[in-house]
Amino acid sequence: MTAVHCVTPTTPEDASEVMRAAAATATNVRPRGAGTKFGWGRPIDEPNLEISTARLDRIIEHNEGDLTAVLEAGVPLQRAQEAFARAGQMLTLDPPLGDNDAATIGGIVATADQGPLRHRYGACRDLLLGVTVVLPDGTLARSGGKVIKNVAGYDLAKLYAGSFGTLGLIVEVIVRLQPQPVKQLTLMCETDDAESFPRAPLLLSHAALEMDCLDVGWRDGTGTLMALFRGAFPEGRAQAAARLLEPTGMTVTTTEGVAPWAEQRARQRASEGAVVRVSGRATDLFTVIECAQRTGATLVGRAGLGISWLSLPASEPNTLISAIEEMRSELSPRACVLLDAPEEVRAGVDVWGREHDEGALALMRRVKSRFDPAGLCSPGRFLGGI
Amino acid sequence: MRHLIRELEAICGRERVVTHAHALRTFESDGLLHYKGTPLAAALPDSAEEVQALVRVCHDARIPWVARGSGTGLSGGAVPVDDGILIVLSRMRRIIEIDLENQRIVVEPGVTNAEVGRAVGPGHFYPPDPSSQIICSIGGNVAENSGGAHCFKYGFTTNYVTGLEVVLSNGEMATLGGKELDGPGYDLIGVFVGSEGTLGIATKITLRVVPTPETTRTLVAYFDGTDSAGRTVSDIVAGGIIPAAIEMMDSLSMQACEEATHAGYPPEAGAALVIELDGPEAECAPLFEDVIAICEASHATGMRIAQDEAERALIWKTRKAAFAAMGRITPNYYVQDGVVPRTRLPEALRRIDELSEEYGLKVANVFHAGDGNLHPLICYDASHGGEPERAEELAGLIVAMCVELGGSITGEHGVGVDKKRYLSKMFSEDDLDAFHRVRCAFDPGGLANPTKVMPTPRLCGEVPGPYRRHPLERAGLAERF
Ligand SMILES: Cc1cc2nc3c(=O)[nH]c(=O)nc-3n(C[C@H](O)[C@H](O)[C@H](O)COP(=O)(O)OP(=O)(O)OC[C@H]3O[C@@H](n4cnc5c(N)ncnc54)[C@H](O)[C@@H]3O)c2cc1C
Repeated sequence: MTAVHCVTPTTPEDASEVMRAAAATATNVRPRGAGTKFGWGRPIDEPNLEISTARLDRIIEHNEGDLTAVLEAGVPLQRAQEAFARAGQMLTLDPPLGDNDAATIGGIVATADQGPLRHRYGACRDLLLGVTVVLPDGTLARSGGKVIKNVAGYDLAKLYAGSFGTLGLIVEVIVRLQPQPVKQLTLMCETDDAESFPRAPLLLSHAALEMDCLDVGWRDGTGTLMALFRGAFPEGRAQAAARLLEPTGMTVTTTEGVAPWAEQRARQRASEGAVVRVSGRATDLFTVIECAQRTGATLVGRAGLGISWLSLPASEPNTLISAIEEMRSELSPRACVLLDAPEEVRAGVDVWGREHDEGALALMRRVKSRFDPAGLCSPGRFLGGI
Repeated sequence: MRHLIRELEAICGRERVVTHAHALRTFESDGLLHYKGTPLAAALPDSAEEVQALVRVCHDARIPWVARGSGTGLSGGAVPVDDGILIVLSRMRRIIEIDLENQRIVVEPGVTNAEVGRAVGPGHFYPPDPSSQIICSIGGNVAENSGGAHCFKYGFTTNYVTGLEVVLSNGEMATLGGKELDGPGYDLIGVFVGSEGTLGIATKITLRVVPTPETTRTLVAYFDGTDSAGRTVSDIVAGGIIPAAIEMMDSLSMQACEEATHAGYPPEAGAALVIELDGPEAECAPLFEDVIAICEASHATGMRIAQDEAERALIWKTRKAAFAAMGRITPNYYVQDGVVPRTRLPEALRRIDELSEEYGLKVANVFHAGDGNLHPLICYDASHGGEPERAEELAGLIVAMCVELGGSITGEHGVGVDKKRYLSKMFSEDDLDAFHRVRCAFDPGGLANPTKVMPTPRLCGEVPGPYRRHPLERAGLAERF
């Protein structure tokens, strides 16, 4: 394996120059943010060149009155949040941030990572107003804009959100912000009744409670339901939610602290073992918990959205691989994407799964070849060998 | 030509292929009447399979086609391409599945926006609510990424589409997403929504719906001018309140609405804000008091608080009737659609006033103030020589001003044919080149709504070289950086 050469451009134009030169010499390129999610996607050969966003780290604009911000891709999300907080604002994006809260906005967008706030505010794609990217041939292109409503041109921000570095480098994003809540209250309850637990979140998601988050957890035979209420007057809504949960017999507690959410976020990642993200429906929770129990996994999930992370404890690669295969066959046709896992495991299964719509996959390949005809940007990392 | 028509008829049946010049006039324009086109034929398919077969025939014969929903678009997007085929989706009106447990509804593209709302009510609702919702189709909403008054809080069509079945211009079908979220792969739904019929035809659409809010509170506040109304909008939002809707009307549009609906607007008011909050009672009631206090502090000259559903409906009817009501104060008008950052609203309105004065044409403003989405209605009289041209010129200057203030040439009506020439005010050649790549990935032959969106026609060409997974790595090159 050759050592990766890393360049750290300081401006988008610089980044474009680097990419242009790489393309001219058919050099294989991988974008790098803080590197907290390098282990995601199919394992690929080390590239010849890494383009790091470490010095593309300016908060270019924070338009307080308009509740928008322009960030270079290398800005750590945590730092941006601190800046927004000084104006009583926030970006409603709360994925796990990795060691030292290092995760950059660019890396988060490129992997479409998320946290509990996804429940109300949507994914990266929904928070982006615009994006500037360096295409694999060095072209510097922009889409969207700084206003919250805009339908001019194609929406490349959505294409690049979750593109895993296979379409070039994200250099700048424009995001919509929200005012910080005056108060917040978390409602929590627990049960060991695997039979009735999966219906509990539906009682809440079907009520007009305007929850910011609605998460579940399942570990060691115990299910936890947690809902976050934020705003000027969250108490009334939390009480209404508690009343809705009465028939379940669960004991409901409320807390003003945010520690349970940090824990919930952290459980989407694992430094050992393996994490599989399941895209299901809200009514699938029972099936997904059953599968977790059978394969010895713990679960965290966005209950209202049907998205779950199943986390397998550390084990031999082969044991992990067969547990993942078992999950997939039990949960098919729900997409089961392998995230954190040892390299041998990621090499031993297709991390993206095998069941993709033929038409959609063909289209994705055509997108890749139009943007990266020579296949220079993170080739092979994405699904279908893209 | 005859042969082609026969092929279309073999797919849809003779009665659903329109070829008579007279009958084709129904389809010559969309909601923007001054653009017209005459297709070879209009076909009205009944199913995704028929759409697919029609598109295949066009592909084999290299004939361009245009999809059409209800034809309410306001940028000429559904105007037929001369000598192409128009594929009219209004017969595909089945609601395929209502899955309220999972908060999804699956529909065919011709279903109207209002029908979706009815199908999931009263417990749920579908937030994007264009004023044209009684007629416009979900397929059209998807193509235009339509919004409405309630999008400030709830977002746009793109935030609600979770699945699409699309027919591509080569006749292939692709299923993107479904009821589930965050499946692996590129977010092609995100790219398709808002692509104005240039990437394919949506034949099946899965939408997310949300619980109906417990309460809704609505008021109209009057101000002496748009400046103070505009500042009030900023104050409300800065105060951390996220209203379901904030709409502004200036005195001219109020006057028109008043004549149409007799809603009781005070004639001396210079501007009005329609403000609606919705949500749980416990949150909504006290915040509504805050909004009232902010309006008072901003010197509202009067306020009308809806006391019941009937009064609320009247307030909205009046607001949504604004476009239609313009007919009462001007023989002709042109609706512009542009966006500025919310904090630039007062400045933008002042500049529109100046332009109106300079051109001697009245401009009424009625718009989504929370989003900064302006809808200046430029009044003119087509029987006065030169006025239509002057109105168009004025409209163009307003769009240019929006871009200059950091905004957009269109917030919801799309680029279509009408705004192609402005697209390069907002985007560089390189940006357009990136857009073009998207288009070429979906429609390399350039058959899908070819004359729309991009300012100048471009060909796709072949992808240079084959698709390569593991390109040659050449050692030593990295040293050059
Ligand atoms: C009085 C009035 C008020 C309006 N108010 C609003 C408003 O508040 N907000 C707003 O956003 N818009 C508004 N509009 C604009 C218009 O109603 C929307 O753009 C609407 O979404 C168009 O839907 P349609 O079915 O009429 O589409 P059409 O006009 O038939 O088509 C629009 C575009 O969509 C494409 N298309 C249609 N169906 C499909 C399909 N199935 N697959 C792919 N492409 C397709 C067409 O090719 C065309 O480019 C208004 C229009 C009018 C006349």
